[in-house]
Amino acid sequence: MHSKTLADIARGLENKEFSSVEITENYLQRIKQFDPEINSFITTTADQALAQAKQADKKRAENNATLLSGVPIAHKDIFCTEGVKTSCASKMLDNFISPYNATVIEKCESAGLVMLGKTNMDEFAMGSSNETSYYGPVKNPHNSNCVPGGSSGGSAAAVAAGLAPAATGTDTGGSIRQPAAFCGITGLKPTYGRISRWGMIAFASSLDQAGPMTQNAEDAALLMNVMSGFDPKDSTSSEKPTEDYTANLNASLQGKKIGLPKQFFTQGLNADIEQSVRDALSVYEKLGATLVEIDLPNADLATPAYYVIAPAECSSNLSRFDGVRFGHRCENPVDLEDLYKRSRAEGFGEEVKRRILIGTYVLSAGFYDAYYLQAQKARRLIKDDYLKAFEQVDIIAGPTTPSTAFALNNQHKDPVTMYLNDIYTIAVNLAGLPALSIPCGISNDMPVGLQLIGNYFAESELLNAGHQFQQNTDWHKQALAKSMR
Amino acid sequence: MNWETVIGLEVHVQLATKSKIFSGSSTAFGAEANTQASLIDLGMPGTLPVFNEEALRMAVKFGLATHSSISHRSAFDRKNYFYPDSPKGYQTTQLHEAIVNNGYVDVPLEDGGHKRINILRAHLEEDAGKSLHEDFHGFTGIDLNRAGTPLIEVVSEPEMSNAKEAVAYLRVIHSIIRYLEISDGNMAEGSMRCDANVSVRPVGQKELGTRTELKNINSFRFVERAINTEVERQIDLIESGGKVIQATRLYDSNKNETRPMRSKEEANDYRYFPCPDLLPIEIDESYVQTIRESLPELPWEKAARFQGDYQLSEYDAQILVTSHELANYFEACVKASQAEAKLCANWISGALLGALNKENLDIGQSPINPEQLGGLIARIADNTISGKIAKTVFEALWEGAKNADEVIEKQGLKQVTDSGAIQSLVEDVIAQNPEQVANYRAADETKRKKMFGFFVGQIMKASKGKANPKQVNQLLVEVLDKP
Repeated sequence: MHSKTLADIARGLENKEFSSVEITENYLQRIKQFDPEINSFITTTADQALAQAKQADKKRAENNATLLSGVPIAHKDIFCTEGVKTSCASKMLDNFISPYNATVIEKCESAGLVMLGKTNMDEFAMGSSNETSYYGPVKNPHNSNCVPGGSSGGSAAAVAAGLAPAATGTDTGGSIRQPAAFCGITGLKPTYGRISRWGMIAFASSLDQAGPMTQNAEDAALLMNVMSGFDPKDSTSSEKPTEDYTANLNASLQGKKIGLPKQFFTQGLNADIEQSVRDALSVYEKLGATLVEIDLPNADLATPAYYVIAPAECSSNLSRFDGVRFGHRCENPVDLEDLYKRSRAEGFGEEVKRRILIGTYVLSAGFYDAYYLQAQKARRLIKDDYLKAFEQVDIIAGPTTPSTAFALNNQHKDPVTMYLNDIYTIAVNLAGLPALSIPCGISNDMPVGLQLIGNYFAESELLNAGHQFQQNTDWHKQALAKSMR
Repeated sequence: MNWETVIGLEVHVQLATKSKIFSGSSTAFGAEANTQASLIDLGMPGTLPVFNEEALRMAVKFGLATHSSISHRSAFDRKNYFYPDSPKGYQTTQLHEAIVNNGYVDVPLEDGGHKRINILRAHLEEDAGKSLHEDFHGFTGIDLNRAGTPLIEVVSEPEMSNAKEAVAYLRVIHSIIRYLEISDGNMAEGSMRCDANVSVRPVGQKELGTRTELKNINSFRFVERAINTEVERQIDLIESGGKVIQATRLYDSNKNETRPMRSKEEANDYRYFPCPDLLPIEIDESYVQTIRESLPELPWEKAARFQGDYQLSEYDAQILVTSHELANYFEACVKASQAEAKLCANWISGALLGALNKENLDIGQSPINPEQLGGLIARIADNTISGKIAKTVFEALWEGAKNADEVIEKQGLKQVTDSGAIQSLVEDVIAQNPEQVANYRAADETKRKKMFGFFVGQIMKASKGKANPKQVNQLLVEVLDKP
């Protein structure tokens, strides 16, 4: 029962093979049983989930159900959830019960999805290993000595282990795609502005984007139908109408041009990963696509630009956590400054503090032009590279990560090595493009991710490419078979 | 040494939008603390701002009224600093691309001339909440009702050279925002707030002296006093060998002194950067044009019209256009008086404004409406009453009488213009004061002039003020000069 996809569950509910309460109880039971090992959830919301499941069963009995009514899901603990602790995996928000729902949560609720709980993550989404969480690291279900990736590591691990059929994630520099690759699942980072950021606790506002983390591309399309759309509460959300993301899944790939950036296949890329990616690309050739080498000349600017822009925005976004209105407040402050300093010193973890410091530095008088403005110029160059490439090709493909999941406690001590995990994913956020990661191989017993990058609002095209791959290979199933508990 | 003062003002104007600049909360003043603060105003995690376009419309109006250029693209920046009444840890403002730039206003001076004061910029931003330091026994209360109220900050060039000019400039800004109905301009409630940058330099020196910024000046009177106090302090300091330190200073109106708040050395580095949650504001010329066409008649335009249409002096016109309420009062009064514009102007700027000031009322609260005052003025014009009697009628109207005609009728104040009656009054007074008459006739021209008033006074007294003064004068001259 626990290896069912969203589509399977929806069918099963429709055919009355099981009820929403039954399948919800099954997942809650599995979380209880297996999550102590994996640590993918910060909060489980059993009572609420069962109430929602009952409601969904009632609707279905009344023939009032929509496609996903009663289907369970887990949400990254970055989405504000009314009446539920929303911690962002930080001690700072360990006591924060959100008074309102994020738009993503609202949309999932309206679609009848049942929330199992809130998943673990890197603190404030800052990290690539899920080791910066105040609630402890998440274990990779493929190998509990390895990290699940981050920041949406809890969501990825929960789906991979079969503790939730699907989950939401957020991606600022690779935080959906990298853990999806590490855990052997499918993850989509949509175009910036496709999904509302309202209620999603901000890390770097110009880069943050929510997306689905699922067992396959079809499920990702089903969740995109729920999550996406213009939101008047988010000025940066796109007014472009949404589409049925499942409509195009079975389209032919005949004649599609897939661009391979030469900068993605250089030294630094693990040979096994390169092989898996090349094998995947030959599958696409068999499906009628042609491969074209492309040039992204400014690709090497992405990581440095990102580590200026993201910390700059984070240093400002995290200023509201000051111990005054919500969140952690230090004991017995002697004055206002003491309140600020100790509340923040105690409430934030090391990586968050590092990024606040970097961000504060790069925005400081005298440094702004040299860092922030330069980084914005680099961002423009990167975006132009991609726009130019998309004049030539339909999709850009390459590895999601330079290596498979690394060992826990391994890279934590050297932040720069950690930052390099995101070299293939970061540029996509800087450009605001959509990108999909799907499993494309297994190397040394760990899954390998293929990244497909699309033009603006080409989610449908990416999901089509992902689905076609999954119709013709079984890497996604092999990976899940290994990680399911 | 002779000193020259240089003043620039930063005026914060709260815009009279119904809801806040980035949230749907009400902006009404005086509600119970924190009842008008939404998730956004509280800076809750995950919340996002949505720009209220009404604030843009108002800022553009202000820009057009001050001959400024309107940016077709402007953008919001974040100004980062920690303070409990700044819930997000930053203020959303416009640093790099302001909506309004490079305008000016012509400020009337006391000598009747004008001085052009250039406006560097006016940008949109959000107001902070309020810290309440009283009543919390060692704690500070925070009221976020005001947080997120839209403001424009109007930054002048440092072109005012004394406190009076600064106040005159402030009054022009005040009258513009009132005319445009973009703010109530109430300084006591903080709808309009003024910071003054003040420096002094020896006359003839080109470079500016070190300036201080005076904060928290909440009335026109205090602006003048604060600047004068600070100028004196700076001059005394320099003349006694000291140096002005660039600092923010607080004006204490109780002690009439300025004292340092914080010096710039320990000032924040605000780390401005473009706000990633808000899109740049893009407007086209037709948007600006529509607003331009909707602008009301502005004070200086009204003043020019009053001088032309009503033949008023520039001085009178300036007084009457101080506020559009006053100007409207004047025009209604003229209409009711059957076009006695000059008399109306005199009565409004004299008796009426005097009485209102005395009772601390503004024109909207006047107990005498323009129709009543116009009715009174019509009776002066048609000689029914004298100017002196008119004051009695004015007082009666102030106390609640219905109209001038009724007061004149009831109190029998109609002017005596019957020359027979006046003749006998004159003769009576001459007969009763033989000594004074003899003295008068013996005196020379200069002395006579002085003594003449005595007889006029006696006659007016005898007539209970109702005798037509012109006729009294005429007849009296005849009788006294031709024995």
